[in-house]
Amino acid sequence: MEKLTVVTGTGVPLRRSNVDTDQIIPAVFLKRVTKSGFEDALFYAWRRDPNFVLNQDAYRDGKILVAGPDFGIGSSREHAVWALHDYGFRVVISSRFADIFYGNTAKNGVLAAIMPQESIELLWKLLEEEPGRQMTVSLEDRTVTCGDVTLPFEVDDYVRWRLMNGYDDIDLTLQHEDDIVAYEKMRAEKFPFKPKTIPAKHLPEVKVESARPVPETPWAGPISDRK
Amino acid sequence: MGTTLAEKVWNDHLVRKGENGAPDLIFIDLQLMHEVTSPQAFEGLRLAGRKPRHVELTLATTDHNTPTVDIDKPNPDATSALQLSTLAKNCKEFGVRLHALGDPDQGIVHQVGPQLGLTQPGMTIVCGDSHTSTHGAFGALAFGIGTSEVEHVLATQTLSLKPFKTMAVNVDGELSPDVTAKDIILAIIAKIGTGGGQGHVIEYRGSAIRKLSMEARMTICNMSIEAGARAGMIAPDEVTFEYLKGRPHAPEGEMWDKAVEYWKTLRSDDDAVFDKEVTLRAEDLKPFVTWGTNPGQGVPIDSVVPDPESFTDETQRAAAKRALEYMDLKAGQPIKSIPVDTVFIGSCTNGRIEDLRAAAAVMKGHHKADSIHRVLVVPASSRVRLQAEKEGLDKIFKDFGAEWRNAGCSMCLGMNPDKLVADERSISTSNRNFEGRQGKGSRTHLASPAVAAATAIRGMISEPADL
Repeated sequence: MEKLTVVTGTGVPLRRSNVDTDQIIPAVFLKRVTKSGFEDALFYAWRRDPNFVLNQDAYRDGKILVAGPDFGIGSSREHAVWALHDYGFRVVISSRFADIFYGNTAKNGVLAAIMPQESIELLWKLLEEEPGRQMTVSLEDRTVTCGDVTLPFEVDDYVRWRLMNGYDDIDLTLQHEDDIVAYEKMRAEKFPFKPKTIPAKHLPEVKVESARPVPETPWAGPISDRK
Repeated sequence: MGTTLAEKVWNDHLVRKGENGAPDLIFIDLQLMHEVTSPQAFEGLRLAGRKPRHVELTLATTDHNTPTVDIDKPNPDATSALQLSTLAKNCKEFGVRLHALGDPDQGIVHQVGPQLGLTQPGMTIVCGDSHTSTHGAFGALAFGIGTSEVEHVLATQTLSLKPFKTMAVNVDGELSPDVTAKDIILAIIAKIGTGGGQGHVIEYRGSAIRKLSMEARMTICNMSIEAGARAGMIAPDEVTFEYLKGRPHAPEGEMWDKAVEYWKTLRSDDDAVFDKEVTLRAEDLKPFVTWGTNPGQGVPIDSVVPDPESFTDETQRAAAKRALEYMDLKAGQPIKSIPVDTVFIGSCTNGRIEDLRAAAAVMKGHHKADSIHRVLVVPASSRVRLQAEKEGLDKIFKDFGAEWRNAGCSMCLGMNPDKLVADERSISTSNRNFEGRQGKGSRTHLASPAVAAATAIRGMISEPADL
């Protein structure tokens, strides 16, 4: 994983709360089996709107996203972080992140920085006053600098340490191989009744019939279109 | 001070306690997989030259991206077909058990685990899907993870995590007969908000919860994530043991007794202290429907669309304003005056046999309203489909004018062809009403199977009492 210490780049004000991962990347893009190339899928529906912040020239090369509370709620799709990362974002700032999204950021070299909503409001103001304004996020100092203003942010100590060193989680865990082996031994003795998926056990095999499409009935379109 | 249920399960899985601010390492008893969040994890293993540590604690099925019609024909969507075949290839290469489309044990991953008896009390269960919280209904600690963590569990059978905080949600008293598990959880989310449970495991407690069936308990735990919680749990009891007994992977004979003895210890101690506590009176609950674009934006069905100005919190006010615009609703409009186009009954929230029975009981002897475009009934798993057919429910659905489909996630997330078009309005028994969730520009109202069925009869949002 790439190391992250200081990020300088264009700050993007996203004045929305409850930005769910379906907004960050809709499910249709989840059919891909790859881990990169999701930049076009980021905020797919919102980017059809010419007024959307990322469609304004000054914010197009955004690197630091400043969003409303409860960012990343909903689906666990890590594709949301891949899409932000592929677009160019290295930092997302919010007053509160959904847990799974928060966990996913740190595993992909993206910082989720937590700041009080008042600080977010101030950053929004500064970024809108001067679109395209550069910001600096220092993971070392745990601060965000925008214009003359420097504000502190919160980050978990362990997450910070991993991001700054670019450590891989699996490598770190495998350093504790002895502990895992000891647990496995204890588990087999203390919990012999815990289930195994193999060998497979089933109810009797039955053939599943396919459902067939129902012929299209004439429909006048969504009620909202019928005037 | 006593220990909560969640803490007990956590402690029994502690491989290593984290030191100096490092997370704990906990053992995972079961990893469930599906086609969408696993390909990159398998690829990661392959690139690092690693093997899964415990394939016998791993199970895969296909659900998110599977068609619900013509399952015996080649998939016309090449990208979807590739994703499904990639899972099959990966499972074959690494030796993971797979229940693919067409197999009677195929279905939504959160139905497959319980119905096979693989979901048991006191286990740690993970899946690359946020609704893994469903399995908490059995007193398991079950939660959704990202793809990097899927790979981590494959490689190490552990996860590195900070202990979760605990939250008790008490529902005491007598529920009115028209109030279902879905209404309870929608009311809870409306009360605590989409971020109210953040960082916490919710334990649902109280006399109203104890009286619920396993299916209903799964509905409640399923939507814990919609309140922002890591997981939801209900302490196991006789209802749990009764559901498990005789299932293919449930313990047998002496092992069953040993297991039950352990399972009975899995309850929060009387003097356990939770980090947060919320209480609802069962008598106050009514059928619940969402009006907005997050699951916390819901109200009792007999009330009106709220006025954004009535929210004191500025963020909530802005969100409500935007939601009304997106949903094309007006403040003050009665919920029961909203006409819908499409009715979806299914998903890991409400696609189980009890849900289908509830919908069929309302639909029986009726036909869908002419203004309703379509009614999709999608069972959570193939076994549920077979059971429903055995009970003749499929006939009730077809006579009603509904489409009886094969199992999968279907219109809940709009990944397969079961989608809404822009501006199309649905009432849906699924779990998320996000903008565009069921198709670009779609509008979703979340409700229980009974309310969805009544709505299909009248063409506008209704409850069975209106019929």
